[in-house]
Amino acid sequence: MKRHLSHALTTAFAILGGLAPLAAHAEWGNLNMPVGVTELSKEIHSLHMTIFWWCVAIGVFVFGWMIWSLVAFRKSQGAKPDTTMVHNTKAEIIWTVIPVFILVIMAIPAARTLIAIEDTRNTEISIKATGHQWKWQYEYLGEDVSFFSQLERASDEARQLNSGIDPTTVPDYLLNVDKPLVVPEDTKVRMLLTANDVIHAWWVPAFGMKKDAIPGNVNELWFKVEKGKTGIYRGQCAELCGRDHGFMPVVVKVVTKDEYKAWIAAQKSAANPAATESTAEPAADAAPTVAALPAVPKG
Amino acid sequence: MANTATHDHAHDDHDHKPHGLKRWLYATNHKDIGTMYLVFACVMFFLGGAMALVIRAELFQPGLQFVDPGFYNSMTTMHALLMIFGAVMPAWTGLANWMVPMQVGAPDMALPRLNNFSFWLLPFAFTLLLLTLFVPGGAPAGGWTLYPPLSLQAGDSFPLTIFAIHLMGISSILGAINVVVTILNMRAPGMGLLNMPLFCWTWLITAYLLIAVMPVLAGAVTMLLTDHFFGTAFFTASGGGDPVMFQHIFWFFGHPEVYILILPAFGVVSEIIPTFSRKPLFGYESMVYATASIAFLSFIVWAHHMFTVGMPLAGQLFFMLSTMLIAVPTGVKVFNWCATMWKGSISFETPMLFAIAFLFLFTIGGFSGLMLAIVPADFQYHDSYFVVAHFHYVLVPGSVFAIMAGVYYWLPKWTGRMYNEKVGKIHFWLSTIGVNVLFFPQHFLGLAGMPRRIPDYSTQFADWNMVSSIGAFLFGFSQLLFVYVIWNAVRSGEKAVDRPWEGAHGLEWELPTPAPYHSWDTPPPQAVIAKGSMH
Repeated sequence: MKRHLSHALTTAFAILGGLAPLAAHAEWGNLNMPVGVTELSKEIHSLHMTIFWWCVAIGVFVFGWMIWSLVAFRKSQGAKPDTTMVHNTKAEIIWTVIPVFILVIMAIPAARTLIAIEDTRNTEISIKATGHQWKWQYEYLGEDVSFFSQLERASDEARQLNSGIDPTTVPDYLLNVDKPLVVPEDTKVRMLLTANDVIHAWWVPAFGMKKDAIPGNVNELWFKVEKGKTGIYRGQCAELCGRDHGFMPVVVKVVTKDEYKAWIAAQKSAANPAATESTAEPAADAAPTVAALPAVPKG
Repeated sequence: MANTATHDHAHDDHDHKPHGLKRWLYATNHKDIGTMYLVFACVMFFLGGAMALVIRAELFQPGLQFVDPGFYNSMTTMHALLMIFGAVMPAWTGLANWMVPMQVGAPDMALPRLNNFSFWLLPFAFTLLLLTLFVPGGAPAGGWTLYPPLSLQAGDSFPLTIFAIHLMGISSILGAINVVVTILNMRAPGMGLLNMPLFCWTWLITAYLLIAVMPVLAGAVTMLLTDHFFGTAFFTASGGGDPVMFQHIFWFFGHPEVYILILPAFGVVSEIIPTFSRKPLFGYESMVYATASIAFLSFIVWAHHMFTVGMPLAGQLFFMLSTMLIAVPTGVKVFNWCATMWKGSISFETPMLFAIAFLFLFTIGGFSGLMLAIVPADFQYHDSYFVVAHFHYVLVPGSVFAIMAGVYYWLPKWTGRMYNEKVGKIHFWLSTIGVNVLFFPQHFLGLAGMPRRIPDYSTQFADWNMVSSIGAFLFGFSQLLFVYVIWNAVRSGEKAVDRPWEGAHGLEWELPTPAPYHSWDTPPPQAVIAKGSMH
């Protein structure tokens, strides 16, 4: 019997696998929120896990109660109803008060983390990110460095309707840009978020945070990538912003402080002779709004 | 009932009804109008479902195989508008039309002509909305939430959509007024408010929510309209307006709207679980108070839909705490349902199966709702597939399952015929398996970082999207069985007795089967009311 079952399961998975040429790239293990690489993202992750385990605990109790009732009080097993059981003040008070306690226990750490999230004092670098349909513009405040960041060409070609290109052959399909945001590790970076046309949202899961970029508003968000966590972190626009909302990645390259200094210096010297760099768009899917953008200020 | 058939039919007897098209066009009978609402809801459910299958087909694999991203956005937008305003809300109004007069001992709804008008607005509203699929610029694609400035970028669909929403709103308000007036004025003598079945109670509260918030939606979309055509700048930053203000106004409507979709479900489940547990509802009064508390709280939690817009810390804390509070009355309800089954004598007919699935799966949706209330964690969950999983869990195995449970439960009373229990159970199991395969993996996708409302995704999300799509097709096609079961019952079902469920209490079961055209021509006597009331 058992062998039968496992055989059936294997067959079922084989069928699924046959449907999926992608099964080779199996990512079945992507079940949970990533822990992230900033202090805040770790706190957020632990809040997420705490509330999750509370839900599991309550679930074990509630579902256990339900299943117990459904099994123990089956009419087919001769259960007789106790029709006098219509009300019980004590029980009702208990199951009102206990949830309140659980909520208070949850609310305290959540409020603490929220206060930390909102604390944007002592930031070392400020970067303004402006959402455009469908690309991000980054301006390093006080540094005269500014550029656009949009879906890189290989993804853009593969994502066209019936492109014939297998997305699995494109590295970091849809999560790669022509020019990533570069920030140093171990530095409190403040993002100032706004938008030029419609509402966008800037999200890097590894940093634990997303925030809307809204025309006419400036929102703040900060992150401090832990020392030693250099690398490339990827996210996407998270607020529906029109046709190509799904094709507007956020890519952040975290480097050491020295590399960052060198990178900023290189950007400045590269920007000075030729002011065209940041407006030279790959034409494939350039939004009409690009032409109307104000010229990026150059030193 | 001289007032229900007037002009060309002076002669008036009890079961007299006009025939053919006129019966439906001029309908003033609560049962006919209820049927039309339910049929309309069913049609919209399949149209909205077809759009969902377009979405899931496109998401079956990474890369774009079937549709343009702009059309994809139209599909998500239209799917939501059709399902919310076209399927779930009219289905509830249809059930209210059928059941409220029967349950309170009235002959009909209080305002039969208004009833006719509020139904017949809907086909026109949705014809307008569906027409947008064929106008230049395509159907609305900015999400059902219509956030400006994006919604203002729509093409010719824009005024059609706004007008359609106005019509739906008027229809809902009129339907709600009818329910309120019927419940408050037409109850049989001797039936106090706290003798009413829970379905009437939850609908009464829902009706007040509708009357309170549909005008807010109308105001919000009218402001969009004037921003678009008449040069105002309510929501246009360059003119001194604020796009975030729209979101506040919209969600002041939107959150009560969420409860408009679910409160009547609480009512239906509170009817079905006692019936098949053969035991009175546990904590009837606390159920009523919990429903009222949920309705009250729904007005002070709206900004939890917009934690990422950048609110002051105090605002975020307030909305986090008020949102968490909702768990308390909702918990009371779930515990009361559990306590109702406890020491019962439970049997598992199709309505009960759907009610049990509701209990389990709505609770899962409640858990993810609790998680979403934690603001810092919401910064990760917001606008990801985790949210999609959450609200589909409360809407599909929540509201939709409760509607189906209600239809199975009352169908014998409506038609005088039993449905096929075997096919009903197959429909139940396919739906329940399908809905979980469809929506459970979306929790994983969201937590792993997949944003919602995207037509294509990075390859790391491929596996669970494929599973989800398989579930979608299973769930979608299983619903054809639902139509078959009903059709089959109406055409050739076995004759049903007056009380097909031995544990059923309530005035509707004191009527003959099928229920007479004018439900209670004379108010039921006290003894019958007492027999029907279970507490």
